[in-house]
Amino acid sequence: MSSKTQQVIVEIMASSVTRVVLSILLGFFFGGIFMVLFNENVVATYANFFSAPGDTFAAAFQTIVDGYGALLRGAIFNPGGKDVVAMFRPITETLRMSAPLIMAGLGLALGFRVGLFNIGGTGQIVMGLVASTWVSTRMELPPIIHMLVALVAAVVASALWGAIAGFLKARTGAHEVIVTIMMNYIAINFFTWMLRTDGLLHAATGGGTPKSDPPAESAMLPTIFGDLYKLHIGIFIAVFAAFAYWLLMERSAIGYRFRMVGHNANAARAAGIKVERTFIWAMAVSAAFVGLAAANQGLSEPGGITSSIHADIGFDAITVALLGGNSAKRIVAAGLLFGAFKAGSPAMQVVGVSPEILGVVQALIVLFIAAPPLIKSMLRLPESAEQKVND
Amino acid sequence: MKLEIKGITKRFGSLVANDSISLTVNAGEIVSLLGENGAGKSTLMNVLYGLYQAEAGEILIDDQPVKFKGPGDAMAAGIGMVHQHFMLIPVFTVAENVALGHEPTKFAGAMDLDKARARVREISDQFGFNVDPDALVRDLPVGVQQRVEIIKALSRNAKTLVLDEPTAVLTPQETDELMAIMRELAKSGTSIIFITHKLREVQAVADRIVVIRLGKVVGEAKPTDTASELASMMVGREVDLTVKRSKKQSGDVVLSLENISVLDDRGQLAVAGLSLEVRAGEVLAIAGVQGNGQTELAEAIVGLRKLERGSGSIKYRGLSIEGESVRGRLERFLSYVPEDRKKDGLVSEFSLEENLLLNQSFEDDRGAPFVKRGLIDSAVLKAETDKAIESFDVRTQSSKTTAGKLSGGNQQKMVLAREMTRPHEVLLVAQPTRGVDVGSIEFIHEQIMLERDEQQTAVLLISTELDEVLSLADRIAVMYRGRVVGVVSADTSRETLGKMMAGIAA
Repeated sequence: MSSKTQQVIVEIMASSVTRVVLSILLGFFFGGIFMVLFNENVVATYANFFSAPGDTFAAAFQTIVDGYGALLRGAIFNPGGKDVVAMFRPITETLRMSAPLIMAGLGLALGFRVGLFNIGGTGQIVMGLVASTWVSTRMELPPIIHMLVALVAAVVASALWGAIAGFLKARTGAHEVIVTIMMNYIAINFFTWMLRTDGLLHAATGGGTPKSDPPAESAMLPTIFGDLYKLHIGIFIAVFAAFAYWLLMERSAIGYRFRMVGHNANAARAAGIKVERTFIWAMAVSAAFVGLAAANQGLSEPGGITSSIHADIGFDAITVALLGGNSAKRIVAAGLLFGAFKAGSPAMQVVGVSPEILGVVQALIVLFIAAPPLIKSMLRLPESAEQKVND
Repeated sequence: MKLEIKGITKRFGSLVANDSISLTVNAGEIVSLLGENGAGKSTLMNVLYGLYQAEAGEILIDDQPVKFKGPGDAMAAGIGMVHQHFMLIPVFTVAENVALGHEPTKFAGAMDLDKARARVREISDQFGFNVDPDALVRDLPVGVQQRVEIIKALSRNAKTLVLDEPTAVLTPQETDELMAIMRELAKSGTSIIFITHKLREVQAVADRIVVIRLGKVVGEAKPTDTASELASMMVGREVDLTVKRSKKQSGDVVLSLENISVLDDRGQLAVAGLSLEVRAGEVLAIAGVQGNGQTELAEAIVGLRKLERGSGSIKYRGLSIEGESVRGRLERFLSYVPEDRKKDGLVSEFSLEENLLLNQSFEDDRGAPFVKRGLIDSAVLKAETDKAIESFDVRTQSSKTTAGKLSGGNQQKMVLAREMTRPHEVLLVAQPTRGVDVGSIEFIHEQIMLERDEQQTAVLLISTELDEVLSLADRIAVMYRGRVVGVVSADTSRETLGKMMAGIAA
């Protein structure tokens, strides 16, 4: 990545809260337009648009209200639930979906701040899953200890996988974007191979499908409300991770040096910091946070584990990290927002609004935040002309 | 051609870069635009050249108002600009560079280089430029490249020439030659706007001097005014340009370079078998024109650049330190003020507090005042930063302000504050006053002398400004093409030093 691209990413992450909020509103606004354009009920009114334009607008308005209404019902609170438990289920689902996004988002944001565009979240989650699945299905340990061992195994495996990309960058200058993308493929295929192979992770009863045994009860992340909700302690781990991220990046000397390298590697070098070594460590720590997301996924599904369990969190976390910018709090908020999207999309489908709209909204939000720095960088005057302003 | 600038106002956001500036240049006149960095000189020239559009005011040529939408319009109207950084293509010949952008063509669009060659020869002969049209630009010395830029402007019939800090890259001799050329051009009727902050040059060549400060014309001065008078006008208060210094005995050799060779980024030998000794309590200045290996030398001393294999060694108090990391050197004895503070000395996005911490974030055996059990002690850091801001006169809103928001002089004072307050025995300071306002220069020079006198520091000063070298140094080593031409005492004449800077041993 050229330093210019890096600069753009840094600028995107430094966007003000106002800009982020505006972008979110704009994202919803354009999402609404898409909803209307492709909704069957609205399309049906087009034929009579000139005789009865009111019908079209009424239908359009109704669609948007239905769509976003369903999103709220599916993600926050469902007043139509059959009992109190059901009414509050949506918010617990949002929290459950948000946890891995927050964890992985923290990791990727950390990398970005060191100037490392780690888009290998998927590969890092998958390698974490390899480790956690091994521990949870192939080892027998007492409860809690089993879970902790599986969790640590996921974190360590992810961190090592991330460190490889950092090592290659430090040693050979290989670009981390290319390297992490390629390592995603390697990781996914490796995981699938392990899930397919007897004696490795393949389920005893799995037949031909690449699937593992269900994780041992003792390794599972305990649920918070017993059997009432699926919500488990992953959300607590995510909040704790956010605190750790804050402490590391804003208060510790190590995080300070990470940031220094991200802003100005030359100055860091002149200050006696080994920039290459920092790349390796930063990739490892970045991937370690992603590893928490792996554990969250691998230790919460009661059924057997398939390779799709990574659920593209590695990619969604990129948007979380960009939206969340430089602050742990904002990453948590961004994770909650996109977690709500995930939780709410089935409800939207029920009212006939395509949940893919939410993917579009998510992309638009990031695009709107990213646009000002991107446009600025594209229109940027030649450096010499700009510098003159300051002379 | 008579050029008139009337009431030009240019704003960038809330910053008024040019506040109703008026300026007249008559045919054959050399007008010097004098002002500190950030005074608005370059903005004004960019307005004149059509790069910026002014919010108010107008430009008149021979009493006719003109509007420039871009540099093309300005050039067509007879305004030529020679930028500080040359806009030449190194692998093209002089004639090709001159023809670039308005290539004379023969039938079917084939380029008529003969015409371009003839034009170069014609202009070169007329003003005594002595430039070969077929030479490749990359083979030419910097001073000659600059003449190519001037030829380029003249070949487009420029009647008014803007020279933006033209002497920054020249040796004293080349500077003299440029001034002779400027006089010739003026005699032939070309008007010249000469932008600079070097008072000596202004006094030598200008017919009139217009001083601008904070975007406003503060007055006109005569070339006969003294340097102190000009400086005071520029800064807006009394300035004492002479550095007070006492004779004193220097101490032991602290840093010695023995026959070291260093490669530059392109793998060329930038430092070629250089030897020097710096003693405690002395200022050893390395003079020389930019690009003669000073940058690489500094980086080698800090440890950012490896010595060529088989070449000599760097010793601190007699002990070889090649094996030491940058951090090791910084912690043991070295303070380093890099020549490009924005690139190497500061993190613009960091607050002043974070910039004070820059090379002090490790917990080492000296005890870490700022870092305790891995966490930054923000109270101590703030207190120390406030102290540094106070004692180094850094003009800032607070210690939380980001370094990028400070002026060049204040940024530099912040770097000095950090490096001078860290424990050290050697101070390596490169281009300490580059891009720094006159007021801060005075302060920075005082601080360097205090280092020498009170801290008994061994100061290695690398500077391309001869005035600075002469006023600070105890001994002067002149560097040319990676070698030391000679080490001479501080009372050596400017002429002798100039010759040495061109590679002629004294």
